[in-house]
Amino acid sequence: MLYALCFLLFMIGLYCAVVKKNMVKIVVGILIMEYAVNLFLVMLGYRHGGVAPIIDKSYLESQAALNNFVSSSVDPLPQALVLTAIVISLGSLALMISLCIRIYEKYGTFDITEIRRLRG
Amino acid sequence: MKGMTIIVKTISSWVKVLIVLFGIYIILFGHLTPGGGFAGGVILASSYVLLMLAFGGEFVKKDLPLSLVSKLDCLGAFMFIMIAILGLVFGGAFFVNFLVEKYGQPLHLLSAGTIPFSNIAIGLKVGASLFLVIYSLSTCFKAGESDSN
Amino acid sequence: MSIPLPAFVAIPLATAFLLPMFGKQRKDAATVVANIATILLLLFAISCIGESGVYEIGKWPIPLGINLVLDGLSSLLLLVIGVVSAAVMLFSAGYMEQYTAKPKYLSLFLLMVAGMNGVVLSGDIFNLFVFLEIASLASYALVGFGCGHEELEASFKYTVLGTIASIFILFAIALVYGNTGTLNMAYISKAIQSSGMNAGLGFAMALFIVGFGLKAALVPFHAWLPDAHPSAPAPISAMLSGVLIKSLGVYALARVVFNVFGISLAVGWLLITLGILSMVIGAFLAIGQWDIKRLMAYSSISQIGYVVLGIGLGMMLLASGANPAWASLAILAGLFHMVNHAVYKSLLFLTSGSIEKATGTRQLTEMGGLARRLPFTRTTCTIASASIVGIPPFSGFWSKLILVMAAIQAHYYWIAAIIVFVSLCTLIMYLKVQRYVFFGELPENLSHVEENGGSMLVAMVFLACLCVLMGLLVLVPSLRDSILEPAVRVLTDGLKYSDVVMGM
Repeated sequence: MLYALCFLLFMIGLYCAVVKKNMVKIVVGILIMEYAVNLFLVMLGYRHGGVAPIIDKSYLESQAALNNFVSSSVDPLPQALVLTAIVISLGSLALMISLCIRIYEKYGTFDITEIRRLRG
Repeated sequence: MKGMTIIVKTISSWVKVLIVLFGIYIILFGHLTPGGGFAGGVILASSYVLLMLAFGGEFVKKDLPLSLVSKLDCLGAFMFIMIAILGLVFGGAFFVNFLVEKYGQPLHLLSAGTIPFSNIAIGLKVGASLFLVIYSLSTCFKAGESDSN
Repeated sequence: MSIPLPAFVAIPLATAFLLPMFGKQRKDAATVVANIATILLLLFAISCIGESGVYEIGKWPIPLGINLVLDGLSSLLLLVIGVVSAAVMLFSAGYMEQYTAKPKYLSLFLLMVAGMNGVVLSGDIFNLFVFLEIASLASYALVGFGCGHEELEASFKYTVLGTIASIFILFAIALVYGNTGTLNMAYISKAIQSSGMNAGLGFAMALFIVGFGLKAALVPFHAWLPDAHPSAPAPISAMLSGVLIKSLGVYALARVVFNVFGISLAVGWLLITLGILSMVIGAFLAIGQWDIKRLMAYSSISQIGYVVLGIGLGMMLLASGANPAWASLAILAGLFHMVNHAVYKSLLFLTSGSIEKATGTRQLTEMGGLARRLPFTRTTCTIASASIVGIPPFSGFWSKLILVMAAIQAHYYWIAAIIVFVSLCTLIMYLKVQRYVFFGELPENLSHVEENGGSMLVAMVFLACLCVLMGLLVLVPSLRDSILEPAVRVLTDGLKYSDVVMGM
């Protein structure tokens, strides 16, 4: 059920990136899509009634406590993946925004239907 | 970019120290608590963003020259690659954690081998890069200044 | 194995991070260091021919850690990337003098090479995504390097479409992780074999084809390529068209579809359809162009259609249970055409860069009669055009011949007819280029152009010699068995990739 809502958010982002005419709105649409995918990836790791995957002194006391911790903690691998994906999207967002600013300096507008010097 | 009133300037010059201290804490304890290199680097960058908002872009440019920040950026990335290659030299495979059993015990500050050094390198690089990006994006409308992205 | 595999990624990364410290005063030292790095990579790639192995990073055992896998297909692509990047870096030592921020260009270029090497070597699907992003981000920045009007517009369009493709790929990786619980490609393949395809995995496969197809500029998703290639500086056009769309698009598509998901008939026909559409539409749109680099960009779309057609034909033949020798022939044709296209298309873009630097224009109607003024450029351009059209002793002829033979042997005569027809269209478009650029009369304002010398010349001559000699790769059996056959066997073995990786 939550996954379907995540997919709906992805579709909203895709609609925004494809249909809108203002360059900054296209960038915001891409951002919404990335947010939806990151959310989907984090939700994949969830376990009902799970604890945070951070080890503490009390878990190292006995093997039983350690096994209990491992079987009840939330999956940490998607969290590492999402961290990487957020850094990558930060980089590409910085690049897109600086391109938008440079294009505004050259063309004087943010509307992509007017920025069409390349034809054919 | 103009600065703000004298109250904001005074308080932000005190708060800046606390922000940098908090950023260094998050970087150094990255192997024990959530955070690590990237989050700590963002916090370090935000301390200079606070200065830029309070004092204006010109002051920050005199205070921290851009060439120094570029060099710090490259230095951080280069340190990271050097740690990976030293893993090859000392441990036999690329990126091996070659200090993991030698110093300290788990759950203390001095543990987990080369991970704190990687955290410091990444924190330095991310802080410098983000500061450069935010500075360039916010001051690039001034007098046709051509900073690269 | 003698060379540790991470060296292919670590050397360009370390050099890329070291170069901005040189600054503007020591530009020449930076150029020399960058050239040494790419030539070193080429030598390493040559020494890895015929070897295979798995390298575990950090000595973490396979399902826990990331591994790098070198097999036949990876070593073929490493060789191609090494050759083209060494030649283009040599060319750009002379060409990029007209831009001001050269050390930044060199470090972005080396980041792109590091990203492509990482994509080709990676054995873990999320690692493939990270390196794909590194290479893509570097290429978005490089396309808009000159900061003129058209370059920024083309770069923005390319960035938006490329980022959307990357998000689709990340979504597909998330679906695959949710269904199988592991990220290592060998383990994913085993899990899919034992559990079969369900709706989630089918949707993931569709998303992979869309994402990688956009990176490879297949026809419904080709909108960024005709704008990005002409506006980029010439060495970057050569790299983009020569290796980037192949290593990020075609290699990743082949790896995921053949080795991870397994062979299926529907995907085979889908690849054949995309290939035929790309070939035909690219050729038709190219004939009407008057900008020399835009024409070559459309012809790139058409040639990538050949490669995907070959691979799709092979998959369809394997899945429908026909003679496996026919399938290997089709895949051999597709892979050999990919290697050929890398060499001669990058040579074509480099010659167009040399023409542009000498004359200052890219429009065919403004040029003419340059045959006497630019002798070396004219010779290398003619050799490259003859290769791409398919004239007998040059390399392009052999790959097209093998593809037509594979189609006829499998009794698909209509595919062979389409291939021959598109080759005729390619002939028309390159005759047009030759006539307008080199023959005809010399306009007034171009009567004082002279040949570009130095490193640009050496790079073009090197690639031209390779064009002539590449036919030997398929004719001489020992070269064919050591370089091309392992790659073909990796794809036709399909799902045995996981057994090979887990056994090493």
